[in-house]
Amino acid sequence: MKIMVTVKRVLDYNVKVRVKADRSDVDLANVKMALNPFCEIAVEEAVRLREAGVATEVIVVSIGPKAVQEQIRTALALGADRGIHIETQSSPESLSVAKLLAKVVADEQPGLVILGKQAIDSDNNQTGQMLAALTGLSQGTFASEVKIEGDEALVTREVDGGLQTLGLKLPAIVTTDLRLNEPRYASLPNIMKAKKKPLEVKTPADLGVELRAHTELLSVEPPAERKGGIKVGSVAELVEKLKNEAKVI
Amino acid sequence: MSEAVNAAERESMEFDVVIVGAGPAGLSAAIRLMQQAQDAERELSVCVVEKGSEVGAHILSGAVIEPRALAELFPDWKERGAPLTTAVTEDQIYLLGDATSARRIPNALVPKTMHNQGNYVASLGNLCRWLAEQAEALGVEVFPGFAASEVLYHADGELKGSVKGIATGDMGIGHDGLPKDSYMPGMELHAKVTLFTEGCRGHLGKQLIEKFALDKDADPQHYGLGIKELWDIDPAKHQPGLVLHGSGWPLVGKGQEGTSGGFFLYHADNNQVVVGLIVDLNYSNPWLSPFDEFQRMKHHPLFAQYLEGGKRVSYGARAITKGGFNSLPKMTMPGALLLGCDAGTLNFSKIKGTHTAMKSGIVAAESVFAALDEHDSAGQDITAFTDAFKASWLYDELYRSRNFGPALHKFGTLMGGAFNFVDQNLCGGKIPVTLHDTRADYAQLTPAAQNQKIDYPKPDGKLSFDKLSSVFLSNANHEEDQPSHLQLKDASIPIGTNLPAWAEPAQRFCPAGVYEVVEEASGPRFQINAQNCVHCKTCDIKDPSQNITWVTPEGGGGPTYPNM
Ligand SMILES: Cc1cc2nc3c(=O)[nH]c(=O)nc-3n(C[C@H](O)[C@H](O)[C@H](O)COP(=O)(O)OP(=O)(O)OC[C@H]3O[C@@H](n4cnc5c(N)ncnc54)[C@H](O)[C@@H]3O)c2cc1C
Ligand SMILES: Cc1cc2nc3c(=O)[nH]c(=O)nc-3n(C[C@H](O)[C@H](O)[C@H](O)COP(=O)(O)OP(=O)(O)OC[C@H]3O[C@@H](n4cnc5c(N)ncnc54)[C@H](O)[C@@H]3O)c2cc1C
Ligand code: SF4
Repeated sequence: MKIMVTVKRVLDYNVKVRVKADRSDVDLANVKMALNPFCEIAVEEAVRLREAGVATEVIVVSIGPKAVQEQIRTALALGADRGIHIETQSSPESLSVAKLLAKVVADEQPGLVILGKQAIDSDNNQTGQMLAALTGLSQGTFASEVKIEGDEALVTREVDGGLQTLGLKLPAIVTTDLRLNEPRYASLPNIMKAKKKPLEVKTPADLGVELRAHTELLSVEPPAERKGGIKVGSVAELVEKLKNEAKVI
Repeated sequence: MSEAVNAAERESMEFDVVIVGAGPAGLSAAIRLMQQAQDAERELSVCVVEKGSEVGAHILSGAVIEPRALAELFPDWKERGAPLTTAVTEDQIYLLGDATSARRIPNALVPKTMHNQGNYVASLGNLCRWLAEQAEALGVEVFPGFAASEVLYHADGELKGSVKGIATGDMGIGHDGLPKDSYMPGMELHAKVTLFTEGCRGHLGKQLIEKFALDKDADPQHYGLGIKELWDIDPAKHQPGLVLHGSGWPLVGKGQEGTSGGFFLYHADNNQVVVGLIVDLNYSNPWLSPFDEFQRMKHHPLFAQYLEGGKRVSYGARAITKGGFNSLPKMTMPGALLLGCDAGTLNFSKIKGTHTAMKSGIVAAESVFAALDEHDSAGQDITAFTDAFKASWLYDELYRSRNFGPALHKFGTLMGGAFNFVDQNLCGGKIPVTLHDTRADYAQLTPAAQNQKIDYPKPDGKLSFDKLSSVFLSNANHEEDQPSHLQLKDASIPIGTNLPAWAEPAQRFCPAGVYEVVEEASGPRFQINAQNCVHCKTCDIKDPSQNITWVTPEGGGGPTYPNM
């Protein structure tokens, strides 16, 4: 069985997000970019399944400008076998990503597709679900445990009331939650080997997909700055301030 | 984790040359090595390890950069798109009298070395990112996120005692010293020649200097602490290429008798300015806080005129090696070279270390390549480097500036400045005397009780800020569950010795709030918030008891500076 994993290039989670002075977008100039943490978990899960003998090959796919190859290489260093880069000018929105991925699924016929539950930049939480709809495959989102038994995937999900386990008929789509696993570090020899692993570059035209924008980014606003707090002397004063100054009660 | 267990588990890789640190020195050396290999059609394997999570993440500089060495590396650097785009348009030098007054020094009276025509205002971090791309395109293996934590020596045979390479740190060790699930042992990187280019106060460079007594004929090294911020300012006030330097207030006046330093404010592109203060680390008053000096400095009208209404984007700090010529150690040893600020090639009369670090890397690459061409063997002491270095413009430049720092230390800013004017402008740096400054910086602190406490104003949150909100902007991060990378030789010294004698100055000299003395019912307790560390190395330099040792944390930890 082949496993397909998607990886997205996003702002590193350690970096404080900064909005451009003209509010047109987030400022990404010379800012550290990284593999989306949920995608890293997806790669780790796929590699573990291959190491356990459940899968035979792990394919990583990323969509975006040339720079995303850096994240594909990271995934290859973590143990994936080959990469597919679908080159676009910018990072397309979720529906376009899902349409492109659907074509790759049709070409590669993976037994399992693992995606991050969300990308930490856009926070849409929809690509996996859209891909499931487009391909007609069953889906298990927010996975905290994945087990393959025969032609079934048992996916444990963290839901409000506790844990829910779904049995999905393979091929299936899984999106990862934070507690699914703790990704390994890439070792130096593996980083070097990753440079030699196959990486195929395709265009949306190759896949017969026309990208369309369904949304337009009007402006980006930074969150309001926190004002310094004050100390109040008594409960009465607190109530008075909440009523007359903050006007919240 | 004991050393023995480690060594048994570690895998190794072989390279011709291993380079520690992807700063200007290391990357220039890597590039020059590969350029020569390509010209000679010779296979050469070169690898660079960098402790930052990406190249540039730990680089903090001014910077006004002199392109001389870059042009030697890539004569077509402009066409290749090197990120030096803002040419210096105007130099202004000021002496600040107090919190409101400033006197502009006429350009004719400024030492020549402080003129900046032909130089560029740039982010050294971005220049390093660009250099790393060039290096990779030439076939250099660049490994960010891997810290060299240990020097390896040949244990026996002919090569015994020579440098064999480095080991990268283990990953995934918990605070208790035990391996976690994600544990990955470090790697040994063996090389015929290892180049140490860790920048100021390199953690391994320090060990090599001691082991090979590289500094036995040199004056003690001297340091400064540079604190810097990047600001978005009102476009109407922005003058790309305008460069301000100067000294004086706030490092003068009562309580500041033993303090010196200088400030900078550069107008970069994109409506941004960088502002910074370098405090010489030979200051004597333990109450001094470089961080607070810098914060109050920004209220002076000279800075406020540009910063008011602007927004602070980034913050960081890094020590500089400023001893210059007289403090320069021997730079070669069997199997290795020490280059750039790791050795101390910064030209303090220009406050520039980038072009000199790069040049040291270029000269070294040429000597190393020639040596490997002749004997393709490990463990050589490539002393030919010393001759090549002496014949280079770098040596000449450092020699001419050798008195600049000592003059300021000896005669103070005014008279020392006058000496430097005569020396640099009228005599071309060739006054036939050499001034020496022979006391180590850490030994200069005088007891707290003999010094005036300094009352710093509270930050206003507009021009000045507290330490925590500042460190936040350095994007500093360390995996929390790991052993502290700030080691105390003797855990009782901070409270037992440093507190009574110097009111534990680490609380104040650390620009990231890592060290705190917490008052508890049972008495004061010394606390180390290692996650905040921005890797400036000041504690390793200035601790009066020399009790703090900075070691490499898990690779990738530390600040994540964009555009610094
Ligand atoms: C009520 C509520 C509560 C929430 N609580 C939490 C919480 O407690 N914790 C929390 O972390 N979040 C929380 N969220 C955030 C929420 O989970 C996110 O909005 C959502 O997960 C965002 O996903 P996304 O759009 O970034 O994912 P998508 O953009 O849909 O991406 C999902 C995955 O698709 C793949 N993908 C996307 N683009 C590409 C590409 N270009 N190339 C290759 N692959 C790609 C990647 O695998 C990616 O991980 C909450 C949201 C709501 C509404
Ligand atoms: C505030 C300030 C202002 C300055 N202004 C100017 C200026 O205007 N013009 C100018 O020319 N110079 C300026 N300098 C000096 C200049 O920045 C330095 O001289 C120059 O950076 C030295 O280059 P380097 O390659 O030797 O070391 P660095 O630039 O310090 O690079 C060393 C690299 O090695 C890495 N490293 C260190 N130890 C290890 C390890 N054990 N394992 C792996 N990686 C490691 C570090 O993370 C870093 O990336 C300034 C410096 C400061 C602090
Ligand atoms: S702990 Fe030391 S190296 Fe780290 S920021 Fe503080 S003074 Fe600098």
